Amino acid sequence: MTDPADLTITAAAAALRGGEITSVELTEAVLRRAAVTEAQLHAYLTLDQTGARRAASDADADFAAGRDRGPLQGIPLALKDNLCTRGMETTAGSKILAGYVPPYDATIVTKLRDGGAVILGKANLDEFAMGSSTENSAYGATRNPWDPDTVPGGSSGGAAAAVAAGSALGAYGSDTGGSIRQPASLCGIVGMKPTYGLVSRYGLIAFASSLDQIGPLSRTVQDAATMLEAVAGFDIHDATSYRGEVPDISGSLTAGVKGMRLGVVKELSGEGIDPQVAAAMWATLDALSDAGAEVVEVSMPATEYALSAYYLIAPAECSANLARFDGVRYGLRVPGDTVEEMMAATRAEGFGPEVIRRVLLGTYALSAGYYDAFYGQAQKVRTLVRDDFRRAYEQVDVLVSPTSPTTAFPIGAKAADPIAMYYSDVCTLALNLAGHPGMSVPVGLDDAGLPIGFQLMAPALGEEPLFRVGAEIERLVGFDARPALATSEVTGP
Amino acid sequence: MTDYEAVIGIETHVELQTASKMFCGCPVSFGAEPNSTCCPVCLALPGALPVPNEAAIEGILRIGAALECELVERSLFHRKNYFYPDLPKNYQISQYDVPLCVAGRLALDVDGEEVTVGITRVHMEEDTGKSVHVGEGGRIHGAEYSLLDFNRAGVPLVEIVSEPDLRSAEQARAYGAELQLLVRSLGVSDARLEEGSMRFDANISVRPVGQDAYGTRTEVKNMNSLRSLQRAVAYEIDRQIELVEAGGTVILETRHWDEEAGNTSGMRSKEESEDYRYFQEPDLLPLQIDDAWRQRVQASLPELPAQQRARYAGLGVDPKTAVVLGGSPELGVLFDGAVDAGADLRMVGNWLTVDVVAHLRRESVELDATALNASHLAELSAMVAGGDLSATAAKDVLDRVIAGEGSPSEVAKAQDLIQISDVAAIETAVEGVLAENGEALERMREGDMKPLGFLVGQVMRATGGKADPRLVSDLLRRKAGA
Repeated sequence: MTDPADLTITAAAAALRGGEITSVELTEAVLRRAAVTEAQLHAYLTLDQTGARRAASDADADFAAGRDRGPLQGIPLALKDNLCTRGMETTAGSKILAGYVPPYDATIVTKLRDGGAVILGKANLDEFAMGSSTENSAYGATRNPWDPDTVPGGSSGGAAAAVAAGSALGAYGSDTGGSIRQPASLCGIVGMKPTYGLVSRYGLIAFASSLDQIGPLSRTVQDAATMLEAVAGFDIHDATSYRGEVPDISGSLTAGVKGMRLGVVKELSGEGIDPQVAAAMWATLDALSDAGAEVVEVSMPATEYALSAYYLIAPAECSANLARFDGVRYGLRVPGDTVEEMMAATRAEGFGPEVIRRVLLGTYALSAGYYDAFYGQAQKVRTLVRDDFRRAYEQVDVLVSPTSPTTAFPIGAKAADPIAMYYSDVCTLALNLAGHPGMSVPVGLDDAGLPIGFQLMAPALGEEPLFRVGAEIERLVGFDARPALATSEVTGP
Repeated sequence: MTDYEAVIGIETHVELQTASKMFCGCPVSFGAEPNSTCCPVCLALPGALPVPNEAAIEGILRIGAALECELVERSLFHRKNYFYPDLPKNYQISQYDVPLCVAGRLALDVDGEEVTVGITRVHMEEDTGKSVHVGEGGRIHGAEYSLLDFNRAGVPLVEIVSEPDLRSAEQARAYGAELQLLVRSLGVSDARLEEGSMRFDANISVRPVGQDAYGTRTEVKNMNSLRSLQRAVAYEIDRQIELVEAGGTVILETRHWDEEAGNTSGMRSKEESEDYRYFQEPDLLPLQIDDAWRQRVQASLPELPAQQRARYAGLGVDPKTAVVLGGSPELGVLFDGAVDAGADLRMVGNWLTVDVVAHLRRESVELDATALNASHLAELSAMVAGGDLSATAAKDVLDRVIAGEGSPSEVAKAQDLIQISDVAAIETAVEGVLAENGEALERMREGDMKPLGFLVGQVMRATGGKADPRLVSDLLRRKAGA
């Protein structure tokens, strides 16, 4: 029999409703898995066993009483630790928030609790979501369940590792430049960034407000659709949240790709891409073509500058967003003789080197005399990137590229070279500049047995074609490999 | 000796008295328990986001429209970045290059001289919390410790920036006073300087008369009354002129007005702290103000203070009375109501601007909290005009009506102040007085009218003040054959 920890959300939801399993049994299976995998992975910063068991038994009581709050009722899920949870420590992976317990729930957490989901705990991340390997966490790195010597990607590395390893059935992360899609790719799971505004950001600890978006990490495209539908929609607490109808996603997952036009982004698919990654992408495209899609190449020249623009805009916004961490009201306080000294000492002590680097970069980019050359110029590039996407979508329905130029890299390999680390997001970050939805779907393994992700991109509110192509890839490729670590068996030393 | 001219521009902050704060649902309340009206948003807890308050936008549009500004169609919020413990996010959501209202003006009457002040812009921002620095004269540096109250953090704040069109301390005061009246007439704020719901910062420079280029300015803060605005500006003008005359240079800086010492002192150099690294607020969408909204705002404006004064002038109210009536929306409403009900303009104007104002000051009460209404004034006016009440008695009745003792006729009856207009009754009193003052009557008969006043007084005393003094005087003259 399948270990319940390895069930998809869809299968688990059916089993819960069919009376084949209880939420308590499901949750216990996942906690058992976590008890085994956490020693190696460190996917979680907080594992709330008590709260999870209580939520599971509440869900069972609801099922018993015939109350169905939605498809996530009774499903054990993880949350990236930059999503505020009332009464549960939320650190954003930073020492400056050590011990911080929010007095309120993020909007998505409220929706999940209302929907009867079981919140397992808080997943590790690069500090304030700044990084591509989860090595920047103040609480230690997370490891990749496919090979513990490699990184799980980042910044939602804990969430991706947990879902891949079976210590959660699904997880919610945040994606500012690829922080859902890139770790999903490196961990062999599905990761999806919705259209900017589709999911409320209220209660997401901001990194870069105009780029941040919450989305699901899951084992299947169907699960991602279920998770997205459960939390999407207008929120009065987020002025940038989308007021219109949420696109219909689940309804057309089986519609196929016949007649759809897919565009391979030339600038994201050639130079700098690992040959095995590129080969897996082309093989997937061949299959899609055989299934009736038309595949063309599309040029998006501005994407060449997207990385530079991103690393000005995101740091600029973060320099203001992180200003509130000053030791005055909450979190770490390092004493000083004056208030300025206290604030400076608190921030110097509380922030890690990557956060300090980005705050300084952003402060510089916004400074008088430099604004036009840096931040102002980056905003112009952002417009050009959007124009490129607009032109591309005049020709095609969905754009594709690899999610990450490489598969998982060894722990420490890029830690000393920020630029090499930034380059991990080269395929994913243009999408955030445009505010569009995107998804990474696993399509194979490289020679080292590490997963390869395939990125899909669609225009704003194009979730429906995005998921349709994603689901078709899943059927065509039939990726069903599981990491060796995804087991509850305690193996010998 | 060079003649100098002062150049003054004023930045005014007005707290809007909306039900809730600018970017969250917390109530705007004054005097609440410290830190009792706060939430994740106005405390800048991690993850919290701002949502703009439409009522506050409406308030600023009303101010902009009243200042004859252009109300823009699309406006942007920016972040103004600086670290200060009472600024929870360490940035203030404000407006930078695309404010909601631009290019307006405000006309002033400064001792009969008409002065029009340009309004550069009116923009929306949020207030900070309040710091209380304990020890070392209440300033942050050297304080033993500081207490923070975030109740005020996030209260909607409107900044009104004038052009540097003012030339004297008197004009600065007149500008402040007129702006205060205007804001109050719109009902968007009580605009109390002493409580900080209206605050002025004055930018002041001096230059030799005839020179076009501006001198280096200083920004003077901490004036908490119109009087201190005038004093601070006058002091700073004199200080700069003396400094320049002595061969010194004015430096660009912020200066703190000390009300007790009556002087200004340097706070910090502007050059060091001016880089606010403004950038567009990514958590908020651009504000769209459509035509319909702008027209609704224009149409909803009440009579503005200057319009009210012009109307009073047209009615024949003397200018000084008009200024006092226009100075308080409550007085204006009572005046208009009483006059509409048929009261005499001058009588009611005089009562309101002299006697009522004196009563309120003496008893330290607000007009709203008294029993006085427009029909009381109309009734009182009719009683005096009809001869039922003397002008002197009317003032006594008015005081008691304000104090809540009843309507004018009730009070007059209760106090037995209804005037005796019955000639026969007065004649009896006159004869009684003359019988005791034969000598005075003789003198009057001989043409010496000096005792008349004394005799009138005696008759008034004999009638308990209720006789109509004009009738008494007439009767006495007749008896003396004069």
